[in-house]
Amino acid sequence: MSDAANLTDADILAELDAWLDANWRPDRPLAEWRELLVDARWAATDWPTDYHGRGYSAAQSALVAQHFQERGIVGAAPPGPGRLASLTILAHGTEAQKARFLRPILTGEHAWTQLFSEPGSGSDLAGLTTKADKQGDHYLINGQKVWNTSAHHADWGFLVARTDWDVPKHQGISFFLIDMHQEGVEARPLRQMNGHASFNEVFFTDAIVPAEHLIGSEGEGWRIAGTTLSFERALAGGDRTGGRVSKLEGPIYGEHRAELAIAMEPYTWYPQRAGRVDLAVPRALESGAIGDATVRQELARLIGMKKGADLAAASAAEKRRSGSNEIVPEGSISKLAGSVIARQASQVHTLISGADSMLAGPESELDGVVAEILLSVPAVSIAGGTDEIQKNIISERVLGLPKEPRFDKGPFRDVPRNVSDL
Amino acid sequence: MSTGFTADQVQFREVVQRFLTAKSPPTEVRRLMATAEGFDREVWSQLCGEVGLAGTHLPEDYGGFGFGVVELGIAAEEMGRHLYCGPFFSSAVMAAYAILNAGSEEQKHALLPGIAAGTTIATLALDDLNDFDQVGGSMSAASGALSGTAPMVVDAHVADTLIVAAREDANAPVGLYVVDAKAAGVSVRALEVMDPTRKLARVTLAQAPGKRLEGDANLALLWDQLNTVLACEMIGGASRLFDSTIDYMKMRVQFGRTIGSFQGLKHRCADLLLELELARAATYDAARVLAGQPGEPYAASMAKAMAADAFVACAKQAIQLRGGIGFTWEEDTHLWFKRAKSSEVFLGTPTWHRERMIRILEAQEAAA
Repeated sequence: MSDAANLTDADILAELDAWLDANWRPDRPLAEWRELLVDARWAATDWPTDYHGRGYSAAQSALVAQHFQERGIVGAAPPGPGRLASLTILAHGTEAQKARFLRPILTGEHAWTQLFSEPGSGSDLAGLTTKADKQGDHYLINGQKVWNTSAHHADWGFLVARTDWDVPKHQGISFFLIDMHQEGVEARPLRQMNGHASFNEVFFTDAIVPAEHLIGSEGEGWRIAGTTLSFERALAGGDRTGGRVSKLEGPIYGEHRAELAIAMEPYTWYPQRAGRVDLAVPRALESGAIGDATVRQELARLIGMKKGADLAAASAAEKRRSGSNEIVPEGSISKLAGSVIARQASQVHTLISGADSMLAGPESELDGVVAEILLSVPAVSIAGGTDEIQKNIISERVLGLPKEPRFDKGPFRDVPRNVSDL
Repeated sequence: MSTGFTADQVQFREVVQRFLTAKSPPTEVRRLMATAEGFDREVWSQLCGEVGLAGTHLPEDYGGFGFGVVELGIAAEEMGRHLYCGPFFSSAVMAAYAILNAGSEEQKHALLPGIAAGTTIATLALDDLNDFDQVGGSMSAASGALSGTAPMVVDAHVADTLIVAAREDANAPVGLYVVDAKAAGVSVRALEVMDPTRKLARVTLAQAPGKRLEGDANLALLWDQLNTVLACEMIGGASRLFDSTIDYMKMRVQFGRTIGSFQGLKHRCADLLLELELARAATYDAARVLAGQPGEPYAASMAKAMAADAFVACAKQAIQLRGGIGFTWEEDTHLWFKRAKSSEVFLGTPTWHRERMIRILEAQEAAA
């Protein structure tokens, strides 16, 4: 790993180009290409040399990803829950777990899903009640999860479940890897108010997890899930799939496009969820709504908020690059800004459309995109930690205000979970 | 939260902070706001002389320090935070930028060194403080003498030199005229003000002699400069109110708890911090855009609108979250509340600036 630090960008690109020139062929089957890519350690260059990687820095790894993009070459499997699984396994897994699970994630052989939230524990994730009961060499899983992106396509899931009910709630949780292809696991798509079904509910009825698929020790699940969530925040926007493949010719691109279509399907409405600020000014100008005094005021507010948030985010990124470790609060501020901006954008789109906002579908504004904005924005202030949770984080960790009194500190068995327990 | 300042700029801020912490505590603000002049001449001469703040942004050729609007913004932000009472904004910002924009070399050499040194107090007499397009409508410069009224002029009661915006006739462009405040035909009457830390006076001219600054008045640029610096001042004031309110919430106990532990109030503070940080980012950006970095042509108006809204929001909550004590004269919050309200409407309301943003954006689109 120390060797990587001595490499210049030119060294890296020379080695990469030589290898790509010798091995890349658009007529290779995708699976075969991915095996070559992983064997040659080009699939995850920032991973340790012991685990398919080269120990490159984030910058070196980004250079490689960009080069794949520029040459139009297919990279490792698309980002998604598998990425979070792999990083968690790298950080906390045993040698046997790393040997078994990392490679199929990079090749795309295994698709993953995250099994954290439950109907009864959303913001209060540590209040989860899915049970994992040890029975000899395995655990029996019973309970229900929700908001599981891509669970209906998943081969594996990473799961937090309760193994001890007699300790405070954060201490009784364990982290498991679970085979989704078994009788006791049922994934049902969950239809959302905007008509999409990006998530699932997953039901566990005596589902089996072999003891060797416990990550860390029993009771360490909360801490491990915390690192998974920090990877989720840090990864937002990252991609090692070698982009720009939409127009390129060759059988491998066809396979890759099909793979991407499935992997990205849950996310098609995400830009609308953020309010489509980019459409606000063009729509106001084209429709003539820019002549309306209220539209002008609200549009100007929107432009200001968006600019301020982009600048604040850039300044936060600059701070992180310079080594400051204040990621969590600044992430919360920009997430909260995203909600405020999305709501304002939705309102601006409503003002621009007027009564036409009543329509949806192909005959409505922008082929249904405006209707999708109006019906998707309510998710932005809930998904990934509600605005209210972000405000708790900001007020407690940034401003140093005291925490609310808590009523859930004792053994979890005694913590009220329903109104009838109160 | 937002950084992006160089080590030198951070150090400059510390110097200004140290000076103002010593020279402009709330006790001094209260003492000075009750006086007719409204400022302490000795502190002013230290601020201009030893610390050199009035010449921060002025080129060295004219007696300044040769820094730019970013450094001037830092000084203004600290003045807003400490509610410094003195003719800084009127003389070093309003009048100095007007002269810098429109003066000939000779005029700049004649006028700016005194302003930088603080030995001359100048101010800018505009007959409209809402909209630069309306400026000069009621001030005549026909045949070289100035007549008319500028109803509200910041610090005119202590000014030695007035820079007066006027037109030779209704169709002529606005020109900026240098008028000696002691000249015949000049009358200045101090006004009762809502914000006693920003003194205003009415300037009435009757055939007063004036010398035109030779260049174009460029009121749009001047408006951007003044609003950008004003936005910085407001961010300083808003930060002071916000920080002191958070401190108060950690101390005040009701119902057996610090009030800062109530989620309803914590969430309000998080919302306020968000508004303040977005306004701060837009304000620092406006200063950098004026200094020549790439950015939006409406950056100054965006900064003014956002900073004003954030300052007023902080001021309202600073009182509300303190409860009854926040409404008393004895507590300091009202000093900044008044500054927030006077800054909100000074040089264009937030609504006016948002409207201007869209006008600029439309012109941009039409050109493209």
